[in-house]
Amino acid sequence: MKPRKFWPWLVFTLGAAYFLVPLIATFEFSLKMRRGYYSFDSYGSVFSDPAFQATFAYSALIGVFAIVVGIVVVVPAVYFVRLRLPHLRPLMEFITLLPLIIPAIVLVYGYIRLYNSSSIVPFTGSALGTDILLICGYVTLAMPYMYRAVDTGMRAIDVKTLTEAAQIMGADTLRIITSIILPNILVAVLSGAFLTFAIVIGEFTIASLLNRPAFGPYLQNIGANRAYEPSALAIISFIITWGAMGMIQLLARFAPRSAPVTD
Amino acid sequence: MSDQHFLRVEGLTKHYGTNAVVKGVSFDFSKGEFISLLGPSGCGKTTILRMIAGFETPSSGTIQVDGEDITALRPNQRRLGMVFQAYALFPNLTVGDNIGFGLKVAGLGREQRRARVEEMLKLIGLPGFEKRFPYEMSGGQQQRVALARAIAPRPRLLLLDEPLSALDAKIRVSLREEIRAIQRELGITTVFVTHDQEEALSISDRIVVMNAGNIEQLGTPHDIYNRPSTRFAATFVGHLNTLPAASFGPDRAIRPELISLTQRPDTDTTLSGIVSDIGFMGSVLRLKVDVADVRLSIDTFNANSTPPQRGDAVTLHLASRDVLALGA
Ligand SMILES: Nc1ncnc2c1ncn2[C@@H]1O[C@H](COP(=O)(O)OP(=O)(O)OP(=O)(O)O)[C@@H](O)[C@H]1O
Ligand SMILES: [Mg+2]
Repeated sequence: MKPRKFWPWLVFTLGAAYFLVPLIATFEFSLKMRRGYYSFDSYGSVFSDPAFQATFAYSALIGVFAIVVGIVVVVPAVYFVRLRLPHLRPLMEFITLLPLIIPAIVLVYGYIRLYNSSSIVPFTGSALGTDILLICGYVTLAMPYMYRAVDTGMRAIDVKTLTEAAQIMGADTLRIITSIILPNILVAVLSGAFLTFAIVIGEFTIASLLNRPAFGPYLQNIGANRAYEPSALAIISFIITWGAMGMIQLLARFAPRSAPVTD
Repeated sequence: MSDQHFLRVEGLTKHYGTNAVVKGVSFDFSKGEFISLLGPSGCGKTTILRMIAGFETPSSGTIQVDGEDITALRPNQRRLGMVFQAYALFPNLTVGDNIGFGLKVAGLGREQRRARVEEMLKLIGLPGFEKRFPYEMSGGQQQRVALARAIAPRPRLLLLDEPLSALDAKIRVSLREEIRAIQRELGITTVFVTHDQEEALSISDRIVVMNAGNIEQLGTPHDIYNRPSTRFAATFVGHLNTLPAASFGPDRAIRPELISLTQRPDTDTTLSGIVSDIGFMGSVLRLKVDVADVRLSIDTFNANSTPPQRGDAVTLHLASRDVLALGA
């Protein structure tokens, strides 16, 4: 090893160890359920738990809705700001960062105050209403990521000229967004979608305070009451999140190859 | 509706804030004409074209196409076609789907679309390319597809904003001829924006010479070149030599190719000067000759004889009827 590379390698190794050692330790521990030798018993126990299946399915479904709502809200918003109100972009940047600054607990207390069963819009009065609220909360939490993903996607295409080209051929706004803009930023939108999914699957605060049977509270519950299963669940969560990240990387390779943007 | 007054623009103005970029432009063209808007950068050509297309709202004035006032219509209601400088093909669609886009929007069935796309690809000389994606095509091919896409839905008017300026010189010339041939074949009224005077002269029926938001002159290429009505039109279109004021009076000028080194039947004036530079441009020799206090540019055909050398004394012949009086 060249001496020049010693320090960078050292820093890299320390950084990697910082992340990997706890992970490896957790993994190792999760294999120790059966005394004396390694086994995947804890994983078997997790997967066969009906509560695991139910909460995971619930969160996955909520995640899908959060993704759909997020796309429907963010894509047109970014599109119109880019096209018609470019001077509002700094404001958009700021607003979409707010969910990172405001803790989720503040957000959910706000929801509960605004939408409690004695308010004008009693979302929390029914399970369905609470689910809608939960989805809205997740859309908000994922907003910083979804916005940035979509914005990056739109930066790569010449939104204005493509819009005008479609307009002059008679297309209306809905058709332009669905058949021209969205397909061209699909990879970016999907990466936003996977980030949203990763957030929703692990989220605890909002789901717990709204008292919904989501995966996050289930994780917490298991963590407080079992020995080996929590480690197995932690590893499973990691794999899901990394899977989502890996999908983003994979999709980036399929980004539509467009002609160079000139504007 | 008769074929006259097919595209009629009256008193068109556009302000951005207090800045007037189009200052009361009017013109009137017949069906099937090929019109160029020619002028230097920033003179408002694109702005006029975009107002015709509906992408910019005029501050005042009206635009009529085929007797219909379209000034207040949205771009997607105007039934026009447009080709952009940057091609603007839809990257997610194949060539065939790009060309068929306007037809799909118009509600044509799959079979009709396929037939029209095929016809268009044949017209632009790219038969069999419908399955390709834009990124698999060269710039010139992409721009031809963009042209096919614009004309496929049979628009009333074809608008082109410097469609050739992103291409290299050779393709630029061949494609502009192709555009002109297709335009003639379809008889589609066309407005072509360019800042390249040679381009405008070579393909237009009529040219609108613009400067700083105003029309300087509107006429056939022949008129504009030979009878420029303003100083700007004279100097912007083609080369021009200002003649020595002592012998011709102030503001007199002549085209470089109208000065000869030998006498012609119509020449009646001579000047003597010293050759200061020779440029060989293939078919043309461009000489610089110092006469009194001015340097004249002279274009002669490259004959197979020994050209004059630098420092040679030469006699120049010109016809006084070729001398242009530059007005304001
Ligand atoms: N959106 C806008 N806001 C303010 N000024 C503008 C806007 N669009 C154009 N202009 C100004 O209007 C003038 C005319 O612009 P235009 O694009 O029509 O010129 P052009 O003749 O097409 O020039 P070029 O040959 O460079 O394309 C320019 O001075 C430009 O700066
Ligand atoms: Mg322009």
